Amino acid sequence: MTETAIRSMKDLPSAHLLGTGTAMCAGCGSLEALHEIYDILGGRTVFVNAAGCMTLLSNYPFTPFRGGWLYTSMASAAAGAQGVRDALDILREKGRITADEDMTAVVLAGDGSTYGMGMSATSAAIERGLDFLYICYDNEGYGNTGQQYSGATPHGAKTTTSARGYSGEKKDLFSIWAAHRPAYVATVIGAEPLDLAKKIERAARMKGPRLIMALAPCPTGWDYDPKETVDIGRLAVASGVWPLKEYLDGRVVHTRIPRPRVPVEAYLKTQGRFAHLFAPQRNEALLAGIQARVDAYWTDAR
Amino acid sequence: MNRILLTGNGAAAWGARLAEVDYVPAFPITPQTEIIETLAGWYERGEAKGRLVTLESEHSMVTAAGAAAATGVRVFTATSSQGLLYAMEMLYAVPGWRAPFVMVNVSRGVATPITLESDHTDILAARDSGFLQIHCASCQEVLDSVLIAYRVAEDARVRLPAIVNQDGFTLSFTREPVEMPDLEAVRRFLPAYDPQGVEFRASRPVSQAVAVLGGSQYSYFRYEVHLAAMNALGVYEEAARDFDAQFGRHHPAVEAYRCDDAEIVFYMVGAFATKAQDAVDRLREAGHKVGLVRPRVLRPYPEAALRTLLLGRRAVIVVDQNLSMGKGGVHYAELASALYGCGGAPMLLSYVGGLGGRDIGAEEFFEMAAEARKAAETGAVPELRLLYTAGELREIRKLQAIANAERRQLGGRT
Repeated sequence: MTETAIRSMKDLPSAHLLGTGTAMCAGCGSLEALHEIYDILGGRTVFVNAAGCMTLLSNYPFTPFRGGWLYTSMASAAAGAQGVRDALDILREKGRITADEDMTAVVLAGDGSTYGMGMSATSAAIERGLDFLYICYDNEGYGNTGQQYSGATPHGAKTTTSARGYSGEKKDLFSIWAAHRPAYVATVIGAEPLDLAKKIERAARMKGPRLIMALAPCPTGWDYDPKETVDIGRLAVASGVWPLKEYLDGRVVHTRIPRPRVPVEAYLKTQGRFAHLFAPQRNEALLAGIQARVDAYWTDAR
Repeated sequence: MNRILLTGNGAAAWGARLAEVDYVPAFPITPQTEIIETLAGWYERGEAKGRLVTLESEHSMVTAAGAAAATGVRVFTATSSQGLLYAMEMLYAVPGWRAPFVMVNVSRGVATPITLESDHTDILAARDSGFLQIHCASCQEVLDSVLIAYRVAEDARVRLPAIVNQDGFTLSFTREPVEMPDLEAVRRFLPAYDPQGVEFRASRPVSQAVAVLGGSQYSYFRYEVHLAAMNALGVYEEAARDFDAQFGRHHPAVEAYRCDDAEIVFYMVGAFATKAQDAVDRLREAGHKVGLVRPRVLRPYPEAALRTLLLGRRAVIVVDQNLSMGKGGVHYAELASALYGCGGAPMLLSYVGGLGGRDIGAEEFFEMAAEARKAAETGAVPELRLLYTAGELREIRKLQAIANAERRQLGGRT
């Protein structure tokens, strides 16, 4: 595994690169993660954006980014990254730009795009071996439109289109991506900044398709007080709901194995979207089912 | 000059090669595929320098095309029909990036029913997107139009992507003698790509295609694209003049054939206009004062040129090789809007034909001309006619009878 320069919290960058005063909600877990990611990646990046909450970051005539930005569509941000990367490669090969003018193509997409209509373009970009980073901020629903269920919504979560709890299952996107055998896949969360920074640093040093999934606690979509974002993020990890892991060289390795695991209930209780599991009466069967799924995952986890 | 036999697809590929495009995002679809195969072959054998990448859809293909153009390279791409429709979201998005590139569309009828042969309903769905549109009637025009399209699209007064349209099968798979322009002459006509500041560079960060809040900002940027498209009319005339000077071939925005004293004028777009041209010759032999007007540039719409050519005629016969369901021919409606209220506006007759490659026969042109003469005499304009013969309907009825007979034979209900 690639060594990283960042080893402790003291090594995290003290200068913050992403501008403030954006249109994101207070307590936005996506923005939290993006801040931390951007501090590591830096401004020599072109963020190729898919439709979602983060589309409102660059709002004429303002942007919090120091490098490039290109909004594309909901389905084709990875194809946009292909165009940017190919063009920069061509310009380098033909000597029309120098190496110091080169930039890294970074897709920035939510779970609505990533788990759904953006999957085909991303799959194809990975299979072509595109040299790019993909950042999925996953707030487990179509957050920008008011939190309808998406392919990333967990079983039982209430959304504006699943008032009695989502009947489907959150898609295992990590495995889908890893099955393509890209250079790197990792899960991160803003509430664990050191783990995040190490992974972004590792990804930034590599070539080829590198894909990052950030669980993004969402006060408006998940229904909790914005000040709880970090605590809920930590609980997502401590309960085992959001495994921190990476795929590298054909292997999946967990960067944190929570022992002992906090009961999932402690995580679910923090969010209004799961309130119907506890009141008016506890839905014991569903709670046990959700816990059992998490337990089953960790039985074989390394 | 070097003359070789080329299909429309081969001519399109040569246009891209002579324009020395850097990048070709691609996706196969009949009848366009030969274009990307030809380019891929040249690049693989090192006969031309360029990079071709096959995306997983036309939607992604147009995204990559726009993104690469926005990064500062010359981009070419091509599609047809369902592919054009699949890319439609991005067709409307990328003109606003002000990153020009050229796409060849090989027209083909759209589903349903699914088919392979040509009409223009596909390309007209992109009519309001912000792409410029040049429509061709010969393989030579396809090659020349690709070069002219780059010149116009990349002009600082325009900076919009352009579509060069050719008819599937009729042009795409038909070999015609094509004069190959000399590369050095092409370089004089079309200088190397200048991104004009629309590019991603580490030292000059830019944000592109950002969101706006509110109708005022939105309108500003939409009007900018419209005004740039309107600028393209004058820029096109300059480019066509320069092209003529360099290569000795003139491709006006609107082509007029035997129109000088014509009282009745056919109005057609694309390769089937050559069928009208033939009919004009035969009607002229029979003593009728008939001509043909064929717009090559449809976006921007060459309204002034059309008025100059058509006001004062007795009747104009618009033959639309497209169908706007519940309205009729698109060109008819556009031309009516251009001529309405003008002194000397001719009568307009509307016909729809040639859908999905269906032929338009000489007799049908003669009949249209006869109806136009009658309308001019009586002042009564006939309603839209959908070209279809009794013989064709009889053939359909035969097929239905066979299908029903088979179904009965197999015990099904009819």
